[in-house]
Amino acid sequence: MNIHEYQAKEVLKKYGVAIQEGYVAETPEQAYEAALKVKEVSGSDWCVVKAQIHAGGRGKGKIEGTEQRGVQVAKNADLARDIAQNLLGGNLITIQTGAKGKIVNKVLVAQDVFYPGASEPKEYYMSVLLDRGTKNNVIIYTTEGGMDIEQVAEEHPEKIFKEWVDPKVGFQPFQARKIAFNLGLSGKAFKEMVNFVTALYRAYEDTDSAMFEINPVLKTSDDRIIAVDAKVNLDDNALYRHSDLFALRDLAEEDPTEVEAGKYNLNFVKLDGNVGCMVNGAGLAMATMDIIKLSGGEPANFLDVGGTANAETVEAGFRIIMSDPNVKAILINIFGGIVRCDRVANGVVEAYRKIGDIKIPIIVRLQGTNAEEAKKIIDESGLKVYSAIMLKEAAELVKQLMREPGGNQA
Amino acid sequence: MSILVNKNSLVIVQGFTGNEGTFHATQMIEYGTQVVGGVTPGKGGTTHLERPVFNTVEEAVKQAGANVSIIFVPPAFAADAIMEAADAGIAVIVCITEGIPVKDMVKAKAYLEGKNSRLIGPNCPGIITPGEAKIGIMPGFIFQKGSIGVVSKSGTLTYEAVDQLTKLGMGQSTAIGIGGDPIIGTTTKEAVEFFMNDPETEGIVMIGEIGGGMEAEAARWIKEYGTKPVVGFIAGQTAPAGRRMGHAGAIVGGKDDTAEAKMAIMRECGIHVVESPAEIGQRMKEVLGR
Repeated sequence: MNIHEYQAKEVLKKYGVAIQEGYVAETPEQAYEAALKVKEVSGSDWCVVKAQIHAGGRGKGKIEGTEQRGVQVAKNADLARDIAQNLLGGNLITIQTGAKGKIVNKVLVAQDVFYPGASEPKEYYMSVLLDRGTKNNVIIYTTEGGMDIEQVAEEHPEKIFKEWVDPKVGFQPFQARKIAFNLGLSGKAFKEMVNFVTALYRAYEDTDSAMFEINPVLKTSDDRIIAVDAKVNLDDNALYRHSDLFALRDLAEEDPTEVEAGKYNLNFVKLDGNVGCMVNGAGLAMATMDIIKLSGGEPANFLDVGGTANAETVEAGFRIIMSDPNVKAILINIFGGIVRCDRVANGVVEAYRKIGDIKIPIIVRLQGTNAEEAKKIIDESGLKVYSAIMLKEAAELVKQLMREPGGNQA
Repeated sequence: MSILVNKNSLVIVQGFTGNEGTFHATQMIEYGTQVVGGVTPGKGGTTHLERPVFNTVEEAVKQAGANVSIIFVPPAFAADAIMEAADAGIAVIVCITEGIPVKDMVKAKAYLEGKNSRLIGPNCPGIITPGEAKIGIMPGFIFQKGSIGVVSKSGTLTYEAVDQLTKLGMGQSTAIGIGGDPIIGTTTKEAVEFFMNDPETEGIVMIGEIGGGMEAEAARWIKEYGTKPVVGFIAGQTAPAGRRMGHAGAIVGGKDDTAEAKMAIMRECGIHVVESPAEIGQRMKEVLGR
């Protein structure tokens, strides 16, 4: 589960991680008020207004149809209000949102942290995540902050440092010191970094996070170390023990069909293609999407109905897939092991009759226990449903339907 | 021959008396697996499915001689169950449970280091040596005794491949589902290595998916040490980057863990890669010249 920058910063702050302070606003007026409150903290009229969406690249992204960028400095509260006015309700398109963009419902009004002082401000990059290779958590950091980390990895791999944490003893003080030294810090900034990374790792562990990315971590001109941005991804499997974090979920950031599917315990990911699919098992579901592509179609979704493919889940799946007008056909692919194919077939027929007006062709491939009986049930139902037993046959049917001109009607 | 489990495996079920445990233990017993009992804390001394229930894995090992365990306990308690089995000296621990927090698995995996236990899974269908022992949730009837080793991250996709093999007359030595989580006990490479060393395995089917570097690791090992033909498939060629596709570990993080990148490396290493999952069986048949 992803959370917003402002929420992530609140979580970090609770663990003693120094952050760029700010206040969230949902209206231009609130943004104005927030800017005044920021001034009380920072002592400066300047602040920065940041669109809150679950995607990166906001600084370079623009609100659709305007020149307004997703992050902008304001020299006073009035200007902060104007920027918020431009951002709120707008559709922000960034490199990570894709062409569709994301609607901005909230902005974070935060202190300007690049103020002049005794030393030059310097940006670093730091993330904490699971290293699947070593099966340990790793802190990845570099002096090249504020940039895309993949680009740094490509151009300057020697500048990327990694610090693995031994789960038997946890993160150790010498590791924090090593990180601060490797970043070239000394004096007050060194001490601040040791505290920063120690608190950051504690927050990562305590919140059962899957990934933290702080880009940039800033050394201010007066040698403080703070998190200027924060991307926090929580481990979905651990949310049951973090009700406070689960409450931070923002449904507005998720695809509505995915939210709907979640209500039926269906594992659904919306895609842009024209052939929907409904499958039992995640691996087979991905493989079925691949078959659709190889057969000349484009998958419209990923959908794993799990171990119980009954009339109710099939009906919910049908409705969710068909809510996308781009879908021209649906491929149901069930390998009945424990679940019997004839039951699934009856479920498909029942769901089909219940929905009634289905205009697109449905291909049902049932294999496994009682596959022959299942095919018979489908074939004799009188419905516009094509049946198959072998995966090859199902692929061939998709291919035929994709070749048909004009909406692929059967 | 086979790998890891056979007709002599003495199996206990952790989470024996629960719904899942009861259902699948019954199926395993019907298949002919030597299920010698189960563990449900607090129900020790009773019997279930005509077999003894123990309070701890340690008791089950001492009293019933168990050397294999299959775990059906809920995600919140599964890592603990894995560690208990390892502590009791169980040789092969099969964890079916899906949805275990990553932090718990980091701990459990560290605990297993230096112990004489092999973990399979979690979030997997289990392991089967056809005709001898089924320690998992797979439908037994699609399997047939033979000489093809199957290793896969996914459940139903394994069944799909096995079904194709069986229908083309190629039985399996052992089929192992290693699981779809980011942290799993037995890697693709380790399973492949077992099959390469198993005299009765003649060919290997290796099924992977997007996310992580296990398939590339296995491919490089095969290039170096492989002695038997390997047919490979990677699910998720059409999966978008950054989205989790059902399995907790099935997510494209960078350019190295896409299906395309994995397939390219596998081809370079001499693996017979199929683009369509419908062709796994057929390709194995061709490769073996049958």
